[in-house]
Amino acid sequence: MAASMGSVYSQKEFRSKKREVFEDILEERRQSSDLRYAMKCYTPVIYRNLTPCTPSGLKTSVLQSLELQYVIRQISSESGESCESIQEQAAEILDEMGHNLRMGAIRLFAMSLSKIFKRLFQKVCVNEEGIQRLTQAIQEHPVVLLPSHRSYIDFLMMSYVLYSYDLALPVIAAGMDFMGMKIVGELLRMSGAFYMRRSFRGNQLYWAVFAEYVKTLIRNGYAPVEFFVEGQRSRTCKTLSPKFGLLNIAMEPFFKGEVFDTYIVPISINYERVLEESLYAYELLGVPKPKESTSGLIKARRILNENFGSIHIYFGQPISLRSLASGIINRTQYNLKPRHLPQRPPEDVQSFVRDVAYQVELNQIANMVLSPGVLVATILLQNLPGMDFNVLVEKTLWLKDLIEAFGGFLEWPDNLSASRVVRSSIDLHSNIFTLVDGHVTLLEHKHTGLLTEEIVFEQAVSLLMCAFYRNQMINVCVRPALVVLACEMVQSSIKEEIFRSFSFLRSVFSKEFIFFPGSEDKDFDEGCFMLTKCDIIHTTPSEIMITDKGTIAAFFLSKMFQPFLEGYKLAYTYLVGEVTNAFTEKQYISGVRSFISRLIVSGTSKCYEALSSDMQKNILSSFVQLGVLKRMKSVSEATFCLEKKMVKETAEKLGLQMFTEKLPSARL
Amino acid sequence: MEAAQGSPVSALSQQRRLRVISGHLQAGAAPGISLNECKAPAAPSSAAPSIPKKRQEALKWNGWGYNDSKFTFNKKGQAEFTGKRYKLSGMVLPALREWMEKTFGASLDQKTTSRASLNVSDAPPALVNEGFLQDVKAIGISYSQDAEDRIFRAHGHCLHEIFTLREGMFKRIPDIVVWPTCHEDVVKIVDLSCKHDVCLIPFGGGTSVSNALECPEDERRVIVSLDTSQMSRILWIDEKNLTAHIEAGITGQDLERQLGESGYCTGHEPDSMEFSTLGGWVATRASGMKKNIYGNIEDLVVHIKMVTPKGIIKKSCQGPRMSTGPDIHHFIMGSEGTLGVVTEVTIKIRPVPEYQKYGSVVFPNFERGVACLREVARQRCAPASIRLMDNAQFQFGHALKPQVASIFTSFLDGLKKFYITKFKGFDPNQLCVATLLFEGDREKVLQHEKQVYDIAAKFGGLAAGEDNGQRGYMLTFVIAYLRDLGMDYYVIGESFETSVPWDRVLDLCRNVKERIVRECKERGVQFPPLSTCRVTQTYDAGACVYFYFAFNYRGLSDPVHVYEEIEFAAREEILANGGSLSHHHGVGKLRKQWLKDSISDVGLGMLRSVKNFVDPNNTFGNRNLL
Repeated sequence: MAASMGSVYSQKEFRSKKREVFEDILEERRQSSDLRYAMKCYTPVIYRNLTPCTPSGLKTSVLQSLELQYVIRQISSESGESCESIQEQAAEILDEMGHNLRMGAIRLFAMSLSKIFKRLFQKVCVNEEGIQRLTQAIQEHPVVLLPSHRSYIDFLMMSYVLYSYDLALPVIAAGMDFMGMKIVGELLRMSGAFYMRRSFRGNQLYWAVFAEYVKTLIRNGYAPVEFFVEGQRSRTCKTLSPKFGLLNIAMEPFFKGEVFDTYIVPISINYERVLEESLYAYELLGVPKPKESTSGLIKARRILNENFGSIHIYFGQPISLRSLASGIINRTQYNLKPRHLPQRPPEDVQSFVRDVAYQVELNQIANMVLSPGVLVATILLQNLPGMDFNVLVEKTLWLKDLIEAFGGFLEWPDNLSASRVVRSSIDLHSNIFTLVDGHVTLLEHKHTGLLTEEIVFEQAVSLLMCAFYRNQMINVCVRPALVVLACEMVQSSIKEEIFRSFSFLRSVFSKEFIFFPGSEDKDFDEGCFMLTKCDIIHTTPSEIMITDKGTIAAFFLSKMFQPFLEGYKLAYTYLVGEVTNAFTEKQYISGVRSFISRLIVSGTSKCYEALSSDMQKNILSSFVQLGVLKRMKSVSEATFCLEKKMVKETAEKLGLQMFTEKLPSARL
Repeated sequence: MEAAQGSPVSALSQQRRLRVISGHLQAGAAPGISLNECKAPAAPSSAAPSIPKKRQEALKWNGWGYNDSKFTFNKKGQAEFTGKRYKLSGMVLPALREWMEKTFGASLDQKTTSRASLNVSDAPPALVNEGFLQDVKAIGISYSQDAEDRIFRAHGHCLHEIFTLREGMFKRIPDIVVWPTCHEDVVKIVDLSCKHDVCLIPFGGGTSVSNALECPEDERRVIVSLDTSQMSRILWIDEKNLTAHIEAGITGQDLERQLGESGYCTGHEPDSMEFSTLGGWVATRASGMKKNIYGNIEDLVVHIKMVTPKGIIKKSCQGPRMSTGPDIHHFIMGSEGTLGVVTEVTIKIRPVPEYQKYGSVVFPNFERGVACLREVARQRCAPASIRLMDNAQFQFGHALKPQVASIFTSFLDGLKKFYITKFKGFDPNQLCVATLLFEGDREKVLQHEKQVYDIAAKFGGLAAGEDNGQRGYMLTFVIAYLRDLGMDYYVIGESFETSVPWDRVLDLCRNVKERIVRECKERGVQFPPLSTCRVTQTYDAGACVYFYFAFNYRGLSDPVHVYEEIEFAAREEILANGGSLSHHHGVGKLRKQWLKDSISDVGLGMLRSVKNFVDPNNTFGNRNLL
């Protein structure tokens, strides 16, 4: 548990403890009355130092806190507005935000969620040991729950699971958009959710109220605080780069000595099939998502007739913030200023919070349970438009071994034959796969005639949905795969060169995949270690060679990451070739999208994934970080422009043949 | 402390003086000690020090305090405090045993086997600096190379020091003890020490809890322990200015008693005042229980004379405040014997107060109690002493309740308990108690008392009687005796203190106590420790917090090491929570490692340059502080 060598990062920690027993919490629900379940005696374990208080008492103590009062006075002296009116605004914000935990709402929720979950899902599996650890943790210190975020179901599910195990219901920081839903929004609030505006940059009062609210919750140990490090639902199913703001707030009470310790609990929630899968695909392709509304929810009830497979929830080992910070954070730096004065976190704290955020995400990734469908999707993506069923089964088994060797956490039904397993995965995802005459194909991709923009769009939707499932395991493969890619790119076996190329790829893809900051060496060694273990490469102290036996696996890994590499190259080509003026993110995304879509229509590229706005946003920030693009803040929106002197160098590193001045747009 | 109790001192003074005198006779007979009188004014009649020159005649060799006063278990298995010196002496404490068993998992059957007497034969042989020895003889200053004398001055009262006495022997002890009898003697000794290149360690009451008296193991020079105990006269009393000029070796109890004979007091009452000396207070920046009225040592001192290798440092007048550059007194106060020997001090005196009254207030929980103390401090109406004990310490105090004399008192106690816990709904495991001591004119005391109780009531506090208050203060002076009892039954512990801004008091108390519990668990301590604190002083901007920490070490192979690791962790926690390195115990060698972070590099450099100027050859080589 202790942080070794001044670093928060320790790989071993979240790779151990595999193979814990999962329990299906729906099983019991299917056998006994939901009503009785909802009315059960609910006496959750609570924090041992809890000073009991009501939600309204909580609000009062937030409003009266020195922290908030200070900010109110400051705003008042800057704006000339009276303290009273600002105080009122603060109270309004708090009402809008504050949760309102009501037992009745929880019971209603428990009952209806039981009904809904039973229809939607086959199983909801929870690791019991994790629950036991959490039970212990909740009693000892304030707890921060950090689940992965793939679906709106996440926080309903979290509350539901905790209720089932008689644990204190978490107070959840949820997006404001959800609050717009009539009744449901209110119900959610009564079941413990509180809301934050998606963007409150620049709103000092909102920020102060919000931060104080979270800190008060943690100081009192009122209930576990739950939020998502990723900040929002990942539309691609890849773990998003962490956000630090909330984590920063949640840790502050410990840094300032207001609590003895805080437990951070990474939680991996994995869906065999995600409710929002098609919505996400549309959204990534630029069709805006429908605003959440209750009527929308009722319309969506047709999905109740569909099967969404199983859910696996893995409650990770609670991480003691105190142990993590020991030897890294010098808490005496908070001694010389009154603790209620707002202050920017010192640099060491910022980098510590960043490290913890990454560790939490790596933890989530390591404990994410992968279903066979993930393997099927990955294989199929490399064999478009489709392939023979038996070959697919064979390949799936092969990939299963590889992924497990890489440390992937596969849930493979042992009592079924491989073909049955693959078959049921295909059935589950029948909206993207079809099985006809022993041939599996990805929907919409059998098209043979001329491509049109519409067809490309349809194809992109199903491909992105398919990629969505591949992405569940992409972070498991990223280290070995980048080593293989680096080997290919340098076309030499000199370890040093391969490492350099690896480091470059790692930094290019730093927004795309999750790497612990500054651990290039470790990531490289880990990638090499996995590959060596699987006999894919052979290493000497100065050389790395792909073995004869390993070519197939190496090829597979490299192909798995081709869409990313190609997407980045295409974007680069677009930027260098087509863009002359400064541009905004919006302009860029629509520009590059039509550029790529043209390339696909003309048959020059098959890189559908590059149509995804997620990838393009990552590319922008990655290129900014690499120095290829310069980000300029303007009044309304940030704009970008190309940094001319970096162009050639980066192109070479990316493996683009560079070209004199202007590049023919269709050459790649 | 005794003076605070108000009664036993004078009753026993006769008897004690006899013992003291007999001690002197023996000391005089010892070889190598010559009689030598200074030409200072004759001391008043009661000036004979309470603590004899041969400390071993009155004091324990292996623990705290007087030989005749200690806790034991009688035949019935009940705890008893022996001797006649204290209010608690001769009393049976029926609840103590159960408390020890419950709190520590200690058992009367599990007794440690300490050595029976001081291990004189293992004492390191005395190094001799012939030149120094000859010169000391020549000027006729009393000295001793006797092993017992040397060992008695080789330690303070840190846990590991007492443990070493009981189980082993120090690696390095003073080679010779000298007893100057006046300022001039000290000047001569310091001169000789410089001339013969010996290491000089001043010794006052020997109550240090910061390793300050520990001899540096690698000191090759002869170590001379300069015992100030024979410089204990009140040289003059100035009633016009209310000051007294006193030799630095006087102990707190003698000082208060002798001043008391003229109707005065200093009001400086550290818990160790029976043994600790005026010079020691100055050298460590001591604090007294009643500082709210009288001030801490830095507020009390008007003038200091200190002998250094560079000469004598003193001021030219006794003006009550000066703007003459940084106050040189502040180089002396807290110098912990690294710069020189404090020989004479002019200190403020006050008429002995007409009236004293104890009191106590019960609060439903510690948070409310701290809030009340904060309010008292805000209104600047703190009584002479106000202390807030947490629940564990409250229960500890209760364990020291003597056997009740009559059924009636026991019935009353039961009724009180019922009222507080049942009627008022205080949780017996949450409530805590503030102890109060008021002093002054009778009328003002009563008025003051009302004011404080009114504030307390606003924070849910209930007045809980004088008895509880008095017992609370008793705890602080018997605690050191209790430690000796604990050590007989595998329980070791100590106290430590800090000062902290008001807003952090609660957080600091909680976190430090929790850290101790956690560290004990991690280090394999088999039973939950006693980890308790009290807010023991209030200031405008903060408070002094005092911790007791003890645990049962059965099953540990190196308990002292484990203890020290935990104490280290606790200190780290204090610092991380905005507490100071020390409020009044000082730095010594125990807390040296943190001094740089506490006062910055430049600050340390300033101190170092003073040391280098005043004592370039490190004659005062106890290596405290820097």
